[in-house]
Amino acid sequence: MSSDKNNQWLFALTMLLLVVIGIGIGVSVGSSGIESLQNVWRDDVAWQIIWQIRLPRTLGAFAAGALLGLAGALAQGLFRNPLADPYLLGSASGATLGVALALAFYGGNQFAPDVFVRVGLTGVAFVGALLAVVLTLLLAKGVQHTMRLLLAGVIVGVVMGAMASFISLIRPDVLQNMQGFLLGSTAFIGWSACVVMVCVLMPCLCLAWFFGSAMDALSLGESTALSLGVPLRVMRIVLVLLVALTTGTAVAQTGLIAFVGLAAPHLVRSMMSVKNGSVAMLSALMGGLLLLAADISARSVMAPQELPVGVLTAVLGGGYLLWLMYRSQNQGGYR
Amino acid sequence: MNQSSTAIQASNMHVSLNGQEVLHGVDLKIRSGCWTSIVGPNGAGKSTLLKALTGLLEYQGEVLVFDAPLNSHTTKERAQQISWLGQNEVTSDDLNVWDVVMLGRLPYQGWMAVPSAQDMQAVETALQSTQAWDWRQKRLGQLSAGEKQRVLLARAIAVQAPLMLMDEPLTNLDPPHQVDWLEQVRCLTAQDKTVVSVLHEVGMALHADDMVVVQAGRIVHQGACADPATHRAIELVFDNRITIQSIRSHWVALPNVPLSS
Repeated sequence: MSSDKNNQWLFALTMLLLVVIGIGIGVSVGSSGIESLQNVWRDDVAWQIIWQIRLPRTLGAFAAGALLGLAGALAQGLFRNPLADPYLLGSASGATLGVALALAFYGGNQFAPDVFVRVGLTGVAFVGALLAVVLTLLLAKGVQHTMRLLLAGVIVGVVMGAMASFISLIRPDVLQNMQGFLLGSTAFIGWSACVVMVCVLMPCLCLAWFFGSAMDALSLGESTALSLGVPLRVMRIVLVLLVALTTGTAVAQTGLIAFVGLAAPHLVRSMMSVKNGSVAMLSALMGGLLLLAADISARSVMAPQELPVGVLTAVLGGGYLLWLMYRSQNQGGYR
Repeated sequence: MNQSSTAIQASNMHVSLNGQEVLHGVDLKIRSGCWTSIVGPNGAGKSTLLKALTGLLEYQGEVLVFDAPLNSHTTKERAQQISWLGQNEVTSDDLNVWDVVMLGRLPYQGWMAVPSAQDMQAVETALQSTQAWDWRQKRLGQLSAGEKQRVLLARAIAVQAPLMLMDEPLTNLDPPHQVDWLEQVRCLTAQDKTVVSVLHEVGMALHADDMVVVQAGRIVHQGACADPATHRAIELVFDNRITIQSIRSHWVALPNVPLSS
């Protein structure tokens, strides 16, 4: 109601403020330090560093995190499963396999700045992610049993990841390219990648908002949702496509980045009671903020060397998942 | 109040689950503006019957709701006509009570539309009638099982449909709130609403106007709750392990077990 709405706006504005601060820090951090930012109007090299490297990277990290946060919120709302996440459902590995196949057949560099390359890689990553989600759902025979869903997701993820590794092995030229990709990196995000991500993110956010009430009804059970006139079949198809598209788009630009999609909706829900449409919006903001923070940390922790951001999110996200499982065990456990 | 017209009429209805026929040619008439209880042993097909009458399961045969074929309605029209309260559905604990009950107004709202004053009024009335108003800002996860059931009942009432179908609505309710539920049903039928419920508690089911007795996917009896033939049919489907008797002008089901000394 009105006080809840006010809290949501306050929460969203706080996160937006943090995002703006994060972007400010993001363009200030790097091997040449803050001097590049101070000299941006005087020095061509500094201008290049800020405009061509740091700014697209920082904005790209936010957009990729927002895509993953949105994917996680949609997956959790659709599957009514608190552990549904692009990484755990196998869709991220499916997207990686799609990119690996595209590189093996057509060559090139997955971090190439050309916008057509970015769109093409996004397309194959989407197809790979979609196939992986469908395969996971078939193996799990639905979504009702968390452990079965997770197990199926892990199997699909491992098998598709192994296939991507195999392709990398038999094509040594791909191996070098894939290494950074498999670890997850925001280091090579350019403006074309940012444009692709924003172009996917915006309509996906609108569709997520559109299906918010339907997801709320589904949260009361399938029969209740059907009795309230929710077109479940259409909703499921659209939302599975959205999960695959958002995951595939993020993975195609940054590689495998784990747990942002899991943590973002959880953090939002732990802070307030919100409907699924709002969860999707706020999770996108939260996901963007998380990956932005992870990107800044990855650049700062071992400066001037850089950690792959995927490694950092995997370590932090793994700890978060363990904590979630520990907490759920104390509350009766996931079935 | 017109108690002679028919709210639901099913003819030769067959329903299969996972390739196995569960209901075998059911014929049924539910009177409009009355409360009808469906009883029968475990696995008799009571919940399947109720779901099929709601349009949640595919069926063969014919089902008329207020004289129009059930499958001739759009999903939205059906949602406005039939309110459903399911049994043991896994619900998310994240939504707050107000938002849950507001979902009952979904059949009247356009996608992404803001709730109207009428929607707000319907939600408030439903919350007040189930005494759940005080929890409206709490999350569903913060409530006990019985409190949650009352909120879900409020959600079903908020639909304000002329026909309410409820599967085990008394689950988790303590005796005083079971009595509240009875009063609620009486209040609904007084407003010319039709209520159909599946109940395990035969004693509570006997408070209804009409009774449908189901056994092994077939309707073995349909009649008024006060009719001795109905009592005999109930006793038979429960293998004469219970006896229907009148105590202080209420029909009650007593177990056929001698009292311990």
